[in-house]
Amino acid sequence: MRVPYSWLREYCDPELAVDELAALLALRSTEVERISHVGPPSPDDFVVGKVVAVEGHPDADRLSVCKVETGDSTRTIVCGAPNVAAGQMVAVALPGATMPGGQKLGQAKLRGVVSDGMILSEAELEIGDDASGIIELLPAAFSARVSGATGSPLEATAGAPGLAPGTPLGEILAIPEPVLELEVNSNRVDCLGVYGVAREVHAVTGAPLAAAPWEGDAEAKGAGVASDYASVRVEVPELCPRFTARVFTDVEIGPSPLWLKARLTAAGQRPINNVVDITNYVMLLTAQPLHAFDLDEVPGGELIVRATAAGERMTTLDGIERSFDADAVLVCDRNAPSGIAGIMGGQVSEVSESTTRVLLEVATWNGVNILRTSRKLGLRSDASNRFEKQLHPELAIRAQRIASRLLVEACGAKLVPETIDVVGEIPAPHRPRLRAGRAEQVLGTAIDTDIAAGYLERLGFGVEREGDDLIAEVPVHRHFDVCREVDLVEEVGRIHGYDEHLPSTLPGSAGQAGRLSREQALRRRAEDVVRDLGFDAVTTLSLTDPAMPSRLRIDADDVRGAPIKVSNPLSVEHSELRTTLLGPLLDAARYNLAHGAERVALFESGRVYLAENEPATDGVLAGRFAGGRPAPAYEPHRIAALAVGRLMGPSWADPANTGRAAEQVAGAGFFALKGALEALATALGVQLRVESATEPFLHPGRAGAVLVGGEPAGWIGELHPLACRDWDLEAAVAFEVDLAPLVAASRFGVESYDDVISYPAVRQDVAVVVADEVSAERVRAVVLEGGGELLHSAEVFDVYRGDQIGEGRKSLALGLEFRAADRTLTDEEVADRRNAITEALEAIGGSLRD
Amino acid sequence: MVERIEELRRGAEAEISSAAGLDALEELRVRHLGRKAELTTILRGIRDLPAEERGRAGAAGNEARQALEALIAARHAELETSDLDERLASDAIDVTLPGSPSMRTGARNLLMRTMREVEDVFIGLGYRVMEGPEVELDYYNFTALNHPPGHPARMAQDTFYVDPASLSRNLRIAADQATPRRKAEQAGGGLAPERETEHATNGILPAGPEDVVLRTHTSPMQVRAMETREPPIFIVVPGRCYRSDPFDATHSPMFHQIEGLAVGEDITLADLKGTLDEFARAIFGPERKTRFRPGFFPFTEPSVEVDVSCFACGGSGALADGSRDALCKGTGWIEILGSGMVDPNVFGFVRDHGYDPDRVQGFAFGMGIERIAMLKHGVPDLRKFFENDVRVLEQFS
Repeated sequence: MRVPYSWLREYCDPELAVDELAALLALRSTEVERISHVGPPSPDDFVVGKVVAVEGHPDADRLSVCKVETGDSTRTIVCGAPNVAAGQMVAVALPGATMPGGQKLGQAKLRGVVSDGMILSEAELEIGDDASGIIELLPAAFSARVSGATGSPLEATAGAPGLAPGTPLGEILAIPEPVLELEVNSNRVDCLGVYGVAREVHAVTGAPLAAAPWEGDAEAKGAGVASDYASVRVEVPELCPRFTARVFTDVEIGPSPLWLKARLTAAGQRPINNVVDITNYVMLLTAQPLHAFDLDEVPGGELIVRATAAGERMTTLDGIERSFDADAVLVCDRNAPSGIAGIMGGQVSEVSESTTRVLLEVATWNGVNILRTSRKLGLRSDASNRFEKQLHPELAIRAQRIASRLLVEACGAKLVPETIDVVGEIPAPHRPRLRAGRAEQVLGTAIDTDIAAGYLERLGFGVEREGDDLIAEVPVHRHFDVCREVDLVEEVGRIHGYDEHLPSTLPGSAGQAGRLSREQALRRRAEDVVRDLGFDAVTTLSLTDPAMPSRLRIDADDVRGAPIKVSNPLSVEHSELRTTLLGPLLDAARYNLAHGAERVALFESGRVYLAENEPATDGVLAGRFAGGRPAPAYEPHRIAALAVGRLMGPSWADPANTGRAAEQVAGAGFFALKGALEALATALGVQLRVESATEPFLHPGRAGAVLVGGEPAGWIGELHPLACRDWDLEAAVAFEVDLAPLVAASRFGVESYDDVISYPAVRQDVAVVVADEVSAERVRAVVLEGGGELLHSAEVFDVYRGDQIGEGRKSLALGLEFRAADRTLTDEEVADRRNAITEALEAIGGSLRD
Repeated sequence: MVERIEELRRGAEAEISSAAGLDALEELRVRHLGRKAELTTILRGIRDLPAEERGRAGAAGNEARQALEALIAARHAELETSDLDERLASDAIDVTLPGSPSMRTGARNLLMRTMREVEDVFIGLGYRVMEGPEVELDYYNFTALNHPPGHPARMAQDTFYVDPASLSRNLRIAADQATPRRKAEQAGGGLAPERETEHATNGILPAGPEDVVLRTHTSPMQVRAMETREPPIFIVVPGRCYRSDPFDATHSPMFHQIEGLAVGEDITLADLKGTLDEFARAIFGPERKTRFRPGFFPFTEPSVEVDVSCFACGGSGALADGSRDALCKGTGWIEILGSGMVDPNVFGFVRDHGYDPDRVQGFAFGMGIERIAMLKHGVPDLRKFFENDVRVLEQFS
């Protein structure tokens, strides 16, 4: 909302510099986005001039050389405007004046003639958009300004007496004209009108507020009564609580008076003609939009307000044909739709130069319906922006009154008696009670009852005292915003000033210690471990491209292949929710490799979003959230890591740099990453196992399922070459694990002491020869089984294939640790266990090698 | 005899002190203290001496022997040390080379880090951390937060709606289960139409409580939390949020918020101020303070916008060199969050869970983590958080 300061001051003048007022409004009322300026930055050297003679320029056909009286002297001014004529009163910029654009005017030589100033057009002064000729200052241009300052309805505030040559232009036009650009909250539609803002200034500063501009009405001098000319039928009263119409005859269409043009221009509206300008002006003043019809273009003067039929079409004022579903409301004439209610008029009945009779519509629409229709059509207007916030039906008559006076005054119109008024029940005002002490209870600072009553009165509330309580009748301009005691507390509190009066205290005891839950603390630990292992933490978007599952070779019958979709995405590439962390990690890896990284090791701790996937565990990490209604989707929290290239950063001591041969092990990348996964498990106090498994996006021979307590909790593997190719990677390894089962199985914090000190362990290494296809994990399990209770641990530390072992076989070296909690083991006991291990190994075709 | 002993001792001492190496020292030991050494021979012959000489000569001999042994030991240690020093000197490395193998830790994500910092401030103030769903019911995101269907504030937050066909039927709730707001409770009542039956599948009103959205703020968790915990309640809710704002320097369709909620019997707006002052000091520095301005949020009343005094200029609006502070645009204040007292209408939705609007009151606030991190660390563009460029990530350990 652009509020020209001069306009505001007409209703309430706080006698403050505009930036001081802006700061005050921001703290007590409404946010001020910025202060801008229209017109010249300073009134110096702008004066009224009188053209006393006009001659042609000796060397230029289009220029005139004028003699202009400017009070102190008569100047020679070269002018290019076709309409300049002797006898005119004009606006003159003298040498030294600073123009709106900032350039300083000097004496200029135009085709050999020195011009001692400049005669100005509307556009040059920024009081209109007419650049075709100079402004002729007519006394009438400054009359008929609506003012409430003295309570008189219409007043010539700067009339003919000021129009003498040499009069500073600042006395008849607002120069400089600062404009407050307000960012009005959606509950404060009243501040989308200048008078509403003035009321706030009054409340905040205590400066007097002029009487409301709608207090007087025009005298009805037209012939007959309105119903002789027009009729209104409202078929949808629930969507149109009020429709008022007045009729004007003898309307003279023309340009608006200068003051009106200047105000509209400063407020950001383009002047069109006097009738349209008046409707805009009244809207900007009161927040109530109006619409003028050319009555002669409305067949039979008949207006019908009805809902649209599905598929109905019409062309709006902007020349665009629009189609509707069954919920919009139209204002129609007997034959066809004429305008979209509350949003935009139609072309058929537009006011034009030939208009002589005007029907002025001022209606109240259902805000929800207006908002919805405007959204559906993608069509917002100054009117819809106000109607959608719900206006009170009482405002319609107020706007009719002001507009009537202006139409009579500025367009020579005759107001026909009576107002057509189709209205339902007007809501009764709310009368909330503000109990004594209640404001203090909510705000934490006391406000004296008399002071509070004063604030409410300044805001337009009708205040009654009842003991120490206040009963506040809510004014119509706040009807849809204020209805409860707490709303009054806000009004009183903000005008009092939070910045000045609110103490800084802390709440009483929370009755609990603040802390993270166990799962939140363990999630932090997990994140820290993976990070400390050398992975960079990334935050990728949850919104992904629909191609993601197929790029990861995931089938549609996989839950990860049927992502949750956004109905109204901004773009296709952000239209679905991720079902894996892998896809976004691959994107991040490719981005970094394309931007010069030689290797990447990334991880993300975050959620995936699945339509189906009942979690096995409880808690927020499994996606089970508090609340009476279940969440509409499953959102398990995961950690995924991805490494492209070596896991550790490059070093000057690398084998490649020192000439030493790097040891090449098949799947070195896989095992490096598995080491990280194992470190994560250790840090969380979790035992996990990896079993050979397949995932569509993994190398079929280098992929494993991650098992916690025997249940699947994720995967680890080398990326499938086809997936790598899709992301322009040579090779990559990754894992993705659900945090919930890890945290559920975690022994962290609940470990108990185990005596491993009193009786020493017996350590032995064994070499087991088995067929190649027997997994290390299987061998280990069999060894542990054979070793029984006394075998504390068995860890593989070497794998060997070679001639001594034989084709198709391998030798696994395991370090065994035997121990008993209550005694030192004897050699016999250990030998006995070894024999048992040997026997057990026979079951899988394995043997101990000496 | 004694004179001879002293002579031998002096001679040996001189030689030992100037022994050049361990080998030479060993040679000297053999020569002066070995079995065939003169001193040894003298000592062996002591008992054959006349009785009156025996005592003095024996004492002098033993003393000499002990002195030489001590001297040899000392010289030995001396020589050994210098020998080692020499060897170590030749083993010197360039200690200025980087560590190897590199023990590089990864970069901590600035957003995650900021989120934790904020969480920890409130944990210190007695809050618990709760988390809620991002795919959320309209009921929690809007309806129960006092945004009745058709409320303009719903439109202000450009909402992503979820295609119901892409969700499991088992998790959908029926319209009647979502308890639409009682008409009598509606602010202003009377002019809003009854809710229509269609679903908001294309982001156009009216949506119903049973519709599913990507949450536009972390606030829905306020209601979920109050449904499961009786007052007093002190929680913060971190998490991802979504709005259909195209990417630019300050907007992203996905962003992070942290919500706060404190409800008891006598928690005031002044308590909110004290709490946010404490937060501002913890995050932005000990000299910071906050300022409240009137705001509007449907689920708080009164609502306030909160500014923090600018940490670049100290609140003066001007930098040390007198120039205008660009961070706060010369105002001395930076807007950081929105908050207010929980609207009694919100309590109306959880009345049955112990939140009688006539008996309980409290405050709520919500802040954007990206904004906090951008302000604090001078990140110029919000998109940087989601590019995940390791050159940027590595700046924040």
